[in-house]
Amino acid sequence: MTSAVALVFFYAPTDADQGIIQKIFYIHVPMAIVALCGFIAGGVFAVLHLRSGERRWDLRSYVTIHLSVVLAVGVLLTGSIWARASWGHWWVWDEPMLVVFLIIFLLYVTYWPLRFSIEDPERQSRYASVFAIMAGAFVPLCFGAVRMAQNLTHPQAGTMTTSGPASVTLTFLVSLAGVALLYTTLCTYELASKNATSKLRSLRRRLAGDDDFAAPARSAAPQLP
Amino acid sequence: MTVIALAGGDRYVAAAYVVFVLLVLTYLAIMASKLSRIEREVVEIADIVEARDTAAAAAPACEKAPVA
Repeated sequence: MTSAVALVFFYAPTDADQGIIQKIFYIHVPMAIVALCGFIAGGVFAVLHLRSGERRWDLRSYVTIHLSVVLAVGVLLTGSIWARASWGHWWVWDEPMLVVFLIIFLLYVTYWPLRFSIEDPERQSRYASVFAIMAGAFVPLCFGAVRMAQNLTHPQAGTMTTSGPASVTLTFLVSLAGVALLYTTLCTYELASKNATSKLRSLRRRLAGDDDFAAPARSAAPQLP
Repeated sequence: MTVIALAGGDRYVAAAYVVFVLLVLTYLAIMASKLSRIEREVVEIADIVEARDTAAAAAPACEKAPVA
């Protein structure tokens, strides 16, 4: 990430059309791509959960979706800042790319209420997996449709990187790799934290004896056996 | 004190990168608080295990004590 920031400010050329504002592109687009890939990965993990019945896949699906939503918040905020700087408005409702991203974000925000509304952990993870698969399939369909619509207002990541000089492409790829690495590291960190919590809980249960141990509080997070 | 005057587009670029850094820092702060809670629980469990071991070690000693 540090290399990416250094490349953005000291190596990548300033855009002739947008000026320095275009530098937002190097953080906004990689975050969007990684967030959307994370949503799709959440769907793939959900498929593996339904196929195998192993809770660890549900946990992975949960963690990837969680982090993707965090990144999506960043995408919406940085996108709004970019829109304000270049179009003069914080939000443009007639721009399909923005609206589709907002719809996807709002769709995934309902993932936690869905999980929390189901008390039985088995049913909770099954229903959440079905949701993750449906929503994960929705992501490429939506963006494919928007790209096919060939809108001229919103800059496309592909055209901005391929039509510019090689330094733009290199900086973009390093930024993308940096955000992807950060995402993977944070996913691993959160997975380790969730696994440690569930292992501690089972250890407490064993120490206290199953009968004396109070059932864990209702939670949206997957509970490993 | 040096004050960096940001004008026009610079402000927006700085704001976008600050948003990103704040997001990551907030996430890390939440994870750090979770980690400290896990650490507390580990200490609690270690105390329980130690108390059990002490009790287990004391029990045979009581049994071996001479009866008057």
